[in-house]
Amino acid sequence: MSLATRRGLLGATAAALAAPALIGCSRRDERTLQFWAMGREGEVAGELLKDFAREAPELHVHIEQLPWSAAHEKLLTAFAGDATPDLAQMGNTWLPEFAALGALEPLDDAVARSATLAPADYFAGIWDTNVIDGRLLGVPWYVDTRLLFYRRDLLARAGFDAPPRDWAEWLRMLHAIKQQVGADRYAVLLPLNEYDPLVALALQQDEPLLREGGRFGNFRGAGFRRTLEFYLDMYASRLAPPASNNEIANVWNEFGRGYFSFYITGPWNIGEFKRRLPAELQGAWMTAPLPGPQGPGASIAGGSSLAVFRRSPRKAQAWRLVEFLSRPSTQQRFRALTGNLPPRRSAWAEPALAADAHSAAFRDQLERVRAVPKVPEWERIATELRLVLERVVHGDLPAARAPDELDRRADALLDKRRWMLARQGAA
Amino acid sequence: MNRRLAGWVFVAPALAAIAVFFVGPVLAALAMSLTDFDIYALADWRNLRFVGFDNYVALLRNPLFWQALLNTCIFVVLGVPLSIGASLGAALLLHSPMARLQGFFRTALFAPVVTTLVAVAVVWRYLFHTRYGLLNHALDAIGIAPVDWLGDPLWAMPAIVLLSVWKNFGYNMVILLAGLQAIPEDLYEAARLDGARRWALFRHITLPTLAPMLLVVSILTMAGHFQLFAEPYVMTQGGPAQRTVTVLYLMYEEGFKWWSLGSASAVAFVLFAIMFAITLLQLKVSRTQAGR
Repeated sequence: MSLATRRGLLGATAAALAAPALIGCSRRDERTLQFWAMGREGEVAGELLKDFAREAPELHVHIEQLPWSAAHEKLLTAFAGDATPDLAQMGNTWLPEFAALGALEPLDDAVARSATLAPADYFAGIWDTNVIDGRLLGVPWYVDTRLLFYRRDLLARAGFDAPPRDWAEWLRMLHAIKQQVGADRYAVLLPLNEYDPLVALALQQDEPLLREGGRFGNFRGAGFRRTLEFYLDMYASRLAPPASNNEIANVWNEFGRGYFSFYITGPWNIGEFKRRLPAELQGAWMTAPLPGPQGPGASIAGGSSLAVFRRSPRKAQAWRLVEFLSRPSTQQRFRALTGNLPPRRSAWAEPALAADAHSAAFRDQLERVRAVPKVPEWERIATELRLVLERVVHGDLPAARAPDELDRRADALLDKRRWMLARQGAA
Repeated sequence: MNRRLAGWVFVAPALAAIAVFFVGPVLAALAMSLTDFDIYALADWRNLRFVGFDNYVALLRNPLFWQALLNTCIFVVLGVPLSIGASLGAALLLHSPMARLQGFFRTALFAPVVTTLVAVAVVWRYLFHTRYGLLNHALDAIGIAPVDWLGDPLWAMPAIVLLSVWKNFGYNMVILLAGLQAIPEDLYEAARLDGARRWALFRHITLPTLAPMLLVVSILTMAGHFQLFAEPYVMTQGGPAQRTVTVLYLMYEEGFKWWSLGSASAVAFVLFAIMFAITLLQLKVSRTQAGR
């Protein structure tokens, strides 16, 4: 073969390879809606969108599945590289950060015009997490909150026939259980590598966790001090093991063995406990709303939202998809596929969900959920909260100094935010 | 075309690649370490502040940095001698004329090096488990109270050292084995005729001949150990009480978890300076040893 023909062949091959790619690109750019979804939600989104394809055959939706562990980073990288999708599933605690970036499209007008999307039907605390600085930047897709999972049988053996409603009652139960199970078992699991249980109990206080519009930490406030004292006492009285989830290795087995009787965790564990606990224990566990300082308390308003990106050239089409995914009927189907709890009260009317005893506590709790402070730095502040807690429990830091230390760390992290707010104020 | 120009033309592609993929990014990172580049700066360049050496000053004032440096040093001081010792020991055993099934053992001992760390971590988490772990069962058998390997701030780093030595000694073992096989047999024979015993053979023939190789192995191992990241990342996530946060782990958290790329770059340069100084020292020590 001569050099010339070889070169010719190579050229032809290259052109043949490039052609479909080019066509593919242009088609994607014209009509295809880019939708990013994470984890299990990403897996079932295709199934969920079959009906949408019938309703809007002219719209093709490309679903990009992201693993949860990489999703946040990918979204930020996409923003930096000007490659954001049209819409995406977002953890609702990420919204303040993407709001600071100016990456998201405000949805207030679209919701006001919508015939099917009624804000009043949503749990108020969940809806509120999507309102950043007065603008609606996402629509709740599913909800997540933390509450009590407990062993009914062990609680009954300790002499109680109903779950606790306030902290004092809960503490009495914990001590009674601890007396029953002895020194090498515990009454409650509060893993040292999670900040959510502590944050949930801290949100029950009337004072906010950050003060002056998220400019400073408020951990020296009386409210947080009360929560911290209550929380630390559970470790000090040996009611909770001073351990992280890594050392527990398998929380479901340990819950089954009675290593602890109470566990503050989220809705995904309903499915896990049903699957993993042996049949004879299935009647022995239940869920209950989180007890508060006085009577039933608040918990974290978590979950994922659907957000439309500002740079998207297809915002109207993206909004159509958001509306479709927000319909009660779609949400019920979504729940059946994933076990995720719906954010709309009307979607809870579905018989299978209404009849599920383990979900009832969540329905109750969702009426009392509160947003964590809506600043981009919150996740880092919460991580510091966990680290300081861990140091106190391990005896590296006196408990009395923890609030000062927390405020010091939070104030340092919020330094840039204060500078930016001051500059905006001056301009 | 003169010869000099021709020379430059030939090395130009390589130089260009180095400039684009190495020098450029390093200079950019150096510049970034002098700013407070973060998520806000990503949104709008006007939110970027030039902060001079503030990142470095803040880093040196940050107790977590010193904790991380201490953790890293503990890992290096415990891990490097143990790891090289294990490699040398295994290499000597494999090289011994009495060893049977050499090929099998060589493969078996090398296997951990090529096993995925994530899979290894799952197994080791169970080995380290306080109540069901094999390690504590063994300790129990000789009457030692159970150790909370991954939960006790005192024991977490030694546990990581154990895992890391087991995972990595096979690599150096292969290098040292090659070195051992290259030592001429007549040296030993001559020494034996002079009446040298086993220890004298090892001390005066094996070690000196192996010295250059041991130097290379120790520099590589130390450089590798200073960059400890994956083991704590999969085993402890820096806990308990941040006793397994290493310098590199700190950089990862600053940069990729919190997007404080300015201070993450500062960590990277401090780590670079430390490793550079230690490698220089190591080379110098080995030169004076060789000159003696």
